[in-house]
Amino acid sequence: MKDFKADFPLLNERDIAYLDNAATAQRPVPVLEAERKFYERFNANPLRGLYALGVEATEEYEKARERVRQFLHAGSTQEIIFTRNTTESINLVAYSYGLERLKPGDEILVSIAEHHSDLLPWQMVARRTGATLRFLECDPDGTFPLERIQAMVGPNTKLAAMGQVSNVLGRTAPVEELIRLVHQNGGVVLVDAAQSAPHMPVDVAALDVDFLAFSGHKLMAPMGIGVLYGKKALLDAMPPFLTGGEMIESVTREGAVYAELPHKFEAGTVNGGGAVALAAAIDYLEQVGWQEVMGREEALTKLAFDGLSQILGVHILGSQDPAEHCGILSFTVDGVHPHDIAAILDDAHVAIRAGHHCAQPLLAHLGVRSSARASIAFYNTEEDVARLVDTMKTVRRRMGLGL
Amino acid sequence: MAFDAFYNEVLTDHNLHPLHKERVEDADLVLEGVNPSCGDDIVLELKVEDGTIVDGSFEGDGCAISQASADIMLDLVVGRTKEEALHLAELFHKMIHSQCSPEELEELGEAGALKDISHMPARVKCALLGWGTMKDMLSDSDKDKTE
Repeated sequence: MKDFKADFPLLNERDIAYLDNAATAQRPVPVLEAERKFYERFNANPLRGLYALGVEATEEYEKARERVRQFLHAGSTQEIIFTRNTTESINLVAYSYGLERLKPGDEILVSIAEHHSDLLPWQMVARRTGATLRFLECDPDGTFPLERIQAMVGPNTKLAAMGQVSNVLGRTAPVEELIRLVHQNGGVVLVDAAQSAPHMPVDVAALDVDFLAFSGHKLMAPMGIGVLYGKKALLDAMPPFLTGGEMIESVTREGAVYAELPHKFEAGTVNGGGAVALAAAIDYLEQVGWQEVMGREEALTKLAFDGLSQILGVHILGSQDPAEHCGILSFTVDGVHPHDIAAILDDAHVAIRAGHHCAQPLLAHLGVRSSARASIAFYNTEEDVARLVDTMKTVRRRMGLGL
Repeated sequence: MAFDAFYNEVLTDHNLHPLHKERVEDADLVLEGVNPSCGDDIVLELKVEDGTIVDGSFEGDGCAISQASADIMLDLVVGRTKEEALHLAELFHKMIHSQCSPEELEELGEAGALKDISHMPARVKCALLGWGTMKDMLSDSDKDKTE
């Protein structure tokens, strides 16, 4: 098996079993080099300079946009907006579409499994427009039965938002069905692909999704670069989210004519280095190949699932089939708070997340206060998983609970 | 810091067998404290007579550090005046930020078992949850009187 770890400086320089990939991924050398190269060889303010260097900076930035377009199978680069992260992408849609288009009597449908960043913007839109926020609930194992989606979607469903993969349960949601049903009723759908885009092919054309958001940093790119895909007709009709520099055609004392897509939504100096490095991350990911990525992640997830579920007092949330976890295993230990689990694992240099995972309504729905979460990427190894499982075996004893 | 020395017997014992996790009859001060970073909360109850804390309890869910810290705190403050309790809260805060003298540490008694928390910045909020809640409720109760 190829050692992908060798490509990640941090994983070589530190003794760590990094199993918090759902929070943020690690960065491989080609990504770090791409960012450095942009600033060493092409640094000028993209989209502005009339000199050769400025033109090259713009070209590098726009090539990155084209790379993202291919990655998502979008029809046009005008449909690819660079943002800071998923949260900003979703807020863009909430402010520029939600606030503009929704009115009292309209319904916004979100799933109970949403990350707070795909919930709070819709709470804000509902509050300010008088629209009603409704929740699509999942079963205890994280599934969304089709009948329930059918029952929740109706002619008033003007907007629905759903994560493609839950950041807590790792379960893949039936977004295709949701999109089909909402479209039949004349509404639009936003898919939060923060946890899916790094781990499975995402095809906006096949999904026929209206808006889709993801973060670069969970896909091995630097922090501070994210993407919003939006259908051109929708984006065209939306007012800008932020206003300011380089998003205009002309400005007078009284007003402005906004720039064409996608620049209408990219006010101010852009994250050129981040965009270029995101393109490099996508190159790297596709060079490894989806088959390899998904195969390794599934095998490692199964290894971790089997090891953890054999430990007395450990309960894994969601599906009991490791193949339905997309690398994400949230778990609890009887009598031990997740923060204490994380501290004991940290002592063995195993990095996991503990807490509510920014998904408090889901945990409340599942009747769990908080959980520990290990999340796996293809560059993890069997040794990482073994260290997790071996240390977990000591947790109850070290907390004074016997074995 | 040796890790198992931090998750020591004092801490695990107060976590597993708290002495003050039983509701106080007719408590006159009740306040909920929340740790926003993890969503943990505790409800602290104090019974105060003539400026002295005569009984106290906490309820809620949290990590071993937050639970043990609240339990140890109640052990220390029951039987003391509100001013003494606030003084101890001040010392505990200093200890967590490594600013405590050896004499002050001695004053904190068993709470000194948590001093190495200063090396675990992510857990400082856990240790302070009970103490901060008590500080808020005692300060607020004074304010009510003067108003």
